[in-house]
Amino acid sequence: MNFIRFINGSIKLILKGSNAYYAWLFFLIALALWGAFGYADQLNEGLITTNMRDSVSWAFYIGNFTFLVGIAAAAIMLVIPAYIYNWKPIKEIVIFGELLAVCAVIMCIAFIVVDIGNPLRFWHMLPLVGTMNFPYSMLSWDFFFLLAYLIINLTVVTHLLYSIFYKKPYNKKMVQIIVLISIPMAVGIHTVTAFLYNALPARPFWNSALLAPRFLASAFCSGPAILIILFQILRKITKFEIQDKAIWTIAELMVYSMFIYLFFTIAELFKEFYSGTEHLLYWKYLLFGIGDSKEIVPYSWSSITMGFIAFVLFLIPKTRKNFVTLNIGAVLIYASVYVEKGIALIIPGFTPDVLGQIYVYTPSMTEIRTAAMIFSLGFLLFTFLVKIAIAIVFENYRISDISKKEKHLIREMPTT
Amino acid sequence: MKQNKSRRSFLKNISLASMAALTATGCNMKELDEFFQRNFRTLSDKEKEDIIKNLEQKYKEKYNKEFQVSSQPAMEQVEFAYALDLSRCVGCRKCVYACVDENNQSRSPQIHWIQVLQMEKEKGIDFAHSDVHYNPEKVPEKGHFYLPVACQQCRTPQCTTVCPVKATWQEPDGIVVIDYNWCIGCRYCMAACPYGARHFNWGEPEVPEEDLNTDLHYLGNRPRVKGVVEKCTFCIQRVRKGKYPSCVEICPVGARKFGNLLDPESEIRYILENKRVLVLKEELNTQPRFYYFFGV
Repeated sequence: MNFIRFINGSIKLILKGSNAYYAWLFFLIALALWGAFGYADQLNEGLITTNMRDSVSWAFYIGNFTFLVGIAAAAIMLVIPAYIYNWKPIKEIVIFGELLAVCAVIMCIAFIVVDIGNPLRFWHMLPLVGTMNFPYSMLSWDFFFLLAYLIINLTVVTHLLYSIFYKKPYNKKMVQIIVLISIPMAVGIHTVTAFLYNALPARPFWNSALLAPRFLASAFCSGPAILIILFQILRKITKFEIQDKAIWTIAELMVYSMFIYLFFTIAELFKEFYSGTEHLLYWKYLLFGIGDSKEIVPYSWSSITMGFIAFVLFLIPKTRKNFVTLNIGAVLIYASVYVEKGIALIIPGFTPDVLGQIYVYTPSMTEIRTAAMIFSLGFLLFTFLVKIAIAIVFENYRISDISKKEKHLIREMPTT
Repeated sequence: MKQNKSRRSFLKNISLASMAALTATGCNMKELDEFFQRNFRTLSDKEKEDIIKNLEQKYKEKYNKEFQVSSQPAMEQVEFAYALDLSRCVGCRKCVYACVDENNQSRSPQIHWIQVLQMEKEKGIDFAHSDVHYNPEKVPEKGHFYLPVACQQCRTPQCTTVCPVKATWQEPDGIVVIDYNWCIGCRYCMAACPYGARHFNWGEPEVPEEDLNTDLHYLGNRPRVKGVVEKCTFCIQRVRKGKYPSCVEICPVGARKFGNLLDPESEIRYILENKRVLVLKEELNTQPRFYYFFGV
């Protein structure tokens, strides 16, 4: 019963807001609708409305999925430096990190659902009712891990908010233990996702031991980028107190990750280009195109350029500590990793295909619209959750607020 | 088995709540049964029989034709294998189209289980320089040879390992099959197959009614629906009755050989004994049951 009132209170919260808030909601809903009509075509006619074909049988959807696993993982991994450096608002960082992780995992699962040919048969993948191919299929592992990760994070964050809402002390020990479990789990979900590709000897482009380390490094560039921006917004509009120093430390950690990513990639490139085996073809397709098929080249170079600019901006202390350049860098690195995971990771794995044929893939309008639908719904969910969390954590929104009689009193009370 | 039954009825009961909505959209009990049908390998013989009877009925209503759907299991002491004579193949693609006819492959969007690669003689077997879309007036073209590729029926198939729902597996006679009712269409198997042997129904498959082959196997050439993966099964509906696959029968130059590895008198054993064979991408350790050789 209490929980229902908690949900009730939360719903009341998300319905109220400023004009800017409503405009943002309207924008997201409009975008989601535009996307949903594209997805409806795909549901009717099948995946033929995408540009995927037998040669390139996975593409933009699975790339988005991979990217979002990285976001989900990095959101929690950020808790590590929060503990190590003992940043003040640890509880808040945990809450917002977990909210981001929850939304990202839900979006991940949505991208799997839109990618499969028979979404109604999704239950075949579930334990007990379906026939999960455990432990052989990496996809079963991945799905299982993601589900567990979602449940864990959802539990912690709901427990925290719920306790604050009811002015009850939260179970500190349990939260601490679960957060400590969820950190290696975060590393785990991204590693397992990398293994999904890594496990295929038929695809030399992915069959490199450096794939999982590169995944983790790139995730630690893109995930914190969102949180850096979110923290600045929160700092402006709420009582959330995070020092400049903490934000700069996050940025510094991101530079290390970018450097590690760069190093891994150069190691990979050296091996491929110096040995010059037939496996070089995939990298050639990615970076220069093969023959007249150069459609993917702009994607890869835009990702490289954005990544490089971000690296420089984050590396130089002056631009790292300037919030304008810092934010430009954060957006650039986010976009860079998005293009890298969305296109540059998946497509060269399939081009040329296993029989050496080249099928040129770029995302179709249906794919872009479907992705837009998932992203806008994901952002909508994230907006709602953040709004609830802000009210509960910073604005002292409590159970007493929703019982009408006390409403007056609480409003007038000074916030503590 | 009993437990599974109750689980099934439990699921059915749950669904009853949403039944009202479903019936409004024209969903009947049979479709619901099909939706809750379990993985083929977990079904009892009785359940298989019922499903097949329903399937024959369904096809009859849909296509106005009598169909025989078989679920004949693998025969004892049989392990199928294939050999293809690269020095004979002329690249005419007759096998490709015989396969399409026999196995009810979709004409639009077009699905071909056999891909014939044109290779340059000077380069040997080199996929990167091969062409699947060759289209001269006359084959064979000078300076080229041809390498048809379909499912290699690997002894250690990677496609079955990666399937997240066990919808594809290797039968005791070596044929790798798919349960089209269980496949969720994630296409992980297609990413895993080193031979491009798996094909996806990107759209609703179309086969002209008059061209439908009515002699079907549940795990083979029965009509598919959109969103599932399909592949060569060595013509499971034929070979389990002792016939040759249709590509073997149609080949005008006799380049295709087929038989039982466990029969010492078989042609396939003769080839392994007397010719020198090779398999594609042996470095991947897939151990194909599909051999290539040079007969002359």
